Amino acid sequence: MDIDITLHVDGEPRSLSVDTRTTVLDALREQLGVTAPKKGCDHGQCGSCTCLVDGRRVTTCLSLAVAHDGAQITTAAGLGSERDLHAVQQAFVDHDGFQCGYCTPGQICSAVGMLDEARSGFASYVTADLTAGVVLDADEIRERMSGNLCRCGAYVNIVAAIGELAP
Amino acid sequence: MSDAIATRPLGADVGRLDGPRKVTGAAIYAYEHPLTDPAYVFPLLSTAARGRVVGIDAAEAQRLPGVLAVLTHEPAPKLADTSNPELAVLQSPAIHFRGQIVGAVVAESLEIGAHAAALVCIEEQASEHDVVLRVDHPDVFKPDDDETDTAHGDAEAGLCPAATVDATYTTPHQHQGAMEPHTSVALWSDDTLRLYESTQSVHGVRETIAEVFGLRAEQVEVTAPFVGGGFGSKGEVHANTVLAVMAARAVPGRPVKLALTRRQVFTLGSHRTPTIQRVRLGADASGGLLAITHDVWAHTSRVQVYIDQIAAATRMMYAAPSIATTHRLAPLDVPFPSWMRAPSEAPGMYALECAIDELAVALRIDAIELRIHNDPPADPVSGKPWSSRNLVACLRQGAERFGWAGRDPAPRRRRDGRWLAGTGVAGSTYPVFHTPGSQARVEFRADGRYEVSIGAMDVGTGTWTSLAQVAAEALGVPLERVALQIGDTALPYSHVPGGSAGITSWGATLFGAARAFRDRHGDDPAPGDAVTAGAPDNPAEDAYAMHAFGAHFAEVRVDADTGEVRVPRMLGVFAIGRVVNPRTARSQLIGGMTFGLSMALHEEVVMDAALGAIVTTDLAGYHIAANADVGDIDAAWIDEIDPHVNAMGTKGIGELGIVGSAAAIANAVFHATGIRVRDLPITPDKLLRARVELSARA
Repeated sequence: MDIDITLHVDGEPRSLSVDTRTTVLDALREQLGVTAPKKGCDHGQCGSCTCLVDGRRVTTCLSLAVAHDGAQITTAAGLGSERDLHAVQQAFVDHDGFQCGYCTPGQICSAVGMLDEARSGFASYVTADLTAGVVLDADEIRERMSGNLCRCGAYVNIVAAIGELAP
Repeated sequence: MSDAIATRPLGADVGRLDGPRKVTGAAIYAYEHPLTDPAYVFPLLSTAARGRVVGIDAAEAQRLPGVLAVLTHEPAPKLADTSNPELAVLQSPAIHFRGQIVGAVVAESLEIGAHAAALVCIEEQASEHDVVLRVDHPDVFKPDDDETDTAHGDAEAGLCPAATVDATYTTPHQHQGAMEPHTSVALWSDDTLRLYESTQSVHGVRETIAEVFGLRAEQVEVTAPFVGGGFGSKGEVHANTVLAVMAARAVPGRPVKLALTRRQVFTLGSHRTPTIQRVRLGADASGGLLAITHDVWAHTSRVQVYIDQIAAATRMMYAAPSIATTHRLAPLDVPFPSWMRAPSEAPGMYALECAIDELAVALRIDAIELRIHNDPPADPVSGKPWSSRNLVACLRQGAERFGWAGRDPAPRRRRDGRWLAGTGVAGSTYPVFHTPGSQARVEFRADGRYEVSIGAMDVGTGTWTSLAQVAAEALGVPLERVALQIGDTALPYSHVPGGSAGITSWGATLFGAARAFRDRHGDDPAPGDAVTAGAPDNPAEDAYAMHAFGAHFAEVRVDADTGEVRVPRMLGVFAIGRVVNPRTARSQLIGGMTFGLSMALHEEVVMDAALGAIVTTDLAGYHIAANADVGDIDAAWIDEIDPHVNAMGTKGIGELGIVGSAAAIANAVFHATGIRVRDLPITPDKLLRARVELSARA
């Protein structure tokens, strides 16, 4: 069964007709030609497909498109452009926080979402004092970024990149 | 290094030129090339580990709207060359492992393809299978390979001196786990096949696919500007590519897209064989090695021989009058093994470097001093001089940076609350490979830039940047005046960049092409002037033993109650000749060390012996190191000038970082706990079981 929906992708309203089994990730990549989010596992285990959906980081391979009619979706392409990088993107370039680049758009979206979560006071598994404000030290960044796998092994540089922007 | 050299392109700290494209998601990988009206291929896999397909009922799938074709072995789409059983896709009903391609659905969409695949009924007749590697397997054989067994001196005689180690180490079946799955997009037009492929070698794909399908090489065009990691798994063509090309023939005029699912990658994307390794060392009381033996058992597919020279590094790492190595294979009903990052040295040096640590403990000699004591002045087997060998410098510099001095070698002495702390060291080495035969084209353009073209690849290694630096250096121009083109068979021929030979081989080729360009067109060329050339042979290759070296240091903490191992700190100091780009070089070394940490503590493909099935077919079951598993990792290198290796003085670095790193962690775990786990990965259950056994004996 096909259903008509509208997704607001990187600020642009995009209307399309989707199979009810289609994920947000496949709708973006296969129907809308938005290929910044990547498919690494299709199981929500690697994080390569991470986008910001209504401001929160989401694994779009586990999200059905029909359930997201009207959603605001931000991909790494919507955060910045090659000539005008987002601060997180610039920090990743400066610290060489990637190698093959396949997990990178997901890492970037995850980092942007995570920094916002920290600013909003969300605790993590390694937060010692739940009543104090969140201080994003290296252990906090590692914990909060562990939903995004990187097989090239760029974690050390990813932590350094995000650390530069941490509150 | 002088300022004059530091400002030259070769050696400059340049951020990745493709960085902005990657962080914005603008870099285009195989599956993402814009296409009109693609069809989707969904492979069907065997569920028996051995046997044959005896019936296929695809009627219901074929009735499903949107299904374009169902491919099976009946009728088989004929291939021209079926000599490689891995690539003889659908050529017979035989099943050689669970998870083999036995059919495929071609459909209008991914959703319809997945639905239709579930509707195809495949009846299999299973025969008895065996997927378990063991030393006494009745079919174990000696592979037909010149280097399978080597013997230098009388090893047995050297094994009865003052001190000996006789230990058996095992490493598991491992999986490369590149983040981008194996992916092909195939389109036939007239008699030309176009492939957008996730591969480590566009020309390798062209050659193999042309052979399998009986085409001329020029009929196969392959494009891969960006590749989402390979780690050896995309170094050779696998069955998925053949299936994609077959499927494209089934829907003429339409491009087809095939991305293996994550589960399918585990059986079709190749793997590192498990190993059983017996290492014996004989030494005199002062630690001088008298004999080293290294016997290796690994598995291969029952229908194809694949061998890693796992004991290769043992033949050159330390001085001993006697060194003997053997390799044996057990043919099993398992998926096809292939290359995985440092295919031989990663498992082989884990065993050797743990054995050296055991010898140091037995002799009460510092583990670094023992290695230095046995550093060979020349290649111990061939007698050739080293082109450069700076293992000792790596060990000394590493010891100083890491804070090794004053280390109490006694195990299980340092406790911090519930944590037992320890440190470990291990050596690393990797050969300097050079794959000859590559060509490069240099053209001077009207815009004043030099277009430099070569069928090289960037699989995350940084080639887009580092090779442009090499080209600028070779041409004697600033980096901005080089326009590099790589990743396409339309460009001059390049060999597979396996074995860390990428920059070394391509770079030497660019130096050759640049020299030929200047010889013909001088320093002031006219627009359109161009030359295609390769590199001359390097006569030093036969005269010298050429290897990179390194020293790994690891600090671990082991939870005394749960056996959980944490690695707060790793340091690697390497001797890698000249460094083209310190930023990307450091990333590759750290990446290799992260791979090694993951190998030491996490990774294991678990086989169900009864079903012949891989149980861990996803990234939850097959755990690769996540961010929170990794602490501080730093990589450094010594100043090393090697005038013999090539025109640039570079040695490969992609694999050196993983070699020995698992041993450093294993040795640190022993130092922390007094428990020697000789079976990777070092998981809590193994430490807890050993502790129970220790206390039962006490």
